[in-house]
Amino acid sequence: MTDILFYLLSTLTLVFGVLVVANPFSRNPVTSAMFLVMTIVSMAGLFVLLHAFFLAVIQVMVYAGAVIVLFLFVIMLLDINQEEKRRFQFFGAITGGIGLLSIALVMVKTITTSNVGAGLTPELEGSTRALGTALFTQYVLPFEIMGILLLIAMVGVILLSKKELK
Amino acid sequence: MQVGLEHYLVVSALLFSIGLLGVVMRRNLILIYMSLELMLNAANLALVAFSRFNDNLDGQLMVFFIITVAASEVAVGLALIVALFRRRQTTNVEDLATLKL
Repeated sequence: MTDILFYLLSTLTLVFGVLVVANPFSRNPVTSAMFLVMTIVSMAGLFVLLHAFFLAVIQVMVYAGAVIVLFLFVIMLLDINQEEKRRFQFFGAITGGIGLLSIALVMVKTITTSNVGAGLTPELEGSTRALGTALFTQYVLPFEIMGILLLIAMVGVILLSKKELK
Repeated sequence: MQVGLEHYLVVSALLFSIGLLGVVMRRNLILIYMSLELMLNAANLALVAFSRFNDNLDGQLMVFFIITVAASEVAVGLALIVALFRRRQTTNVEDLATLKL
């Protein structure tokens, strides 16, 4: 049962990922953003299969909620309905495609032949309690640094959005 | 065949390649940002899979931090795109080839 779910969710993730990057039907950035939401939701399903329940919820809330809304907000603000057609560079596209395909092939081949998962059984239960305990004891310094990073990002964004940069 | 660690890693590698293809192929800055998000998510999936199969919670905590950094990165990056659009009226990377504004 979980195996079928894994294959279903991973296929959905990859198909939606391709549709984000290269949608043959629409050049509208809003469509890409919507497919990005679908990719992230199916990936949250994969997280659930890996028993990382807290991260699945965070994934949906932060990515599908906040980040995508930010993307849509900027797309609507800039009013880019249609990416204008440019001269399609065949040589660049072909070399890029071959390069990417070989990178993907090398990575997949390495993973499948190196036998990484041999003898390992899935046993970790990523409970929220354990995650919170680790976050506030062992990882308390990185956690605080994250807070400062968010503050810096907020101040930077406010500064960048001012009309006149001095 | 039982679904193991390598299955998740293959999915992660393929998703990373799709994101990299988007960064190389698309000309719109916002689409490039979305592809970057795909690549970050691929790394997250690999980390969660490693964490589950090695019985170690550190991977999940790292994913937690990566999500935070990605959120702030998107906020700053999109603010930069908006500031750039105000000056140049375009988000196409081919028109943004000079360092001078």
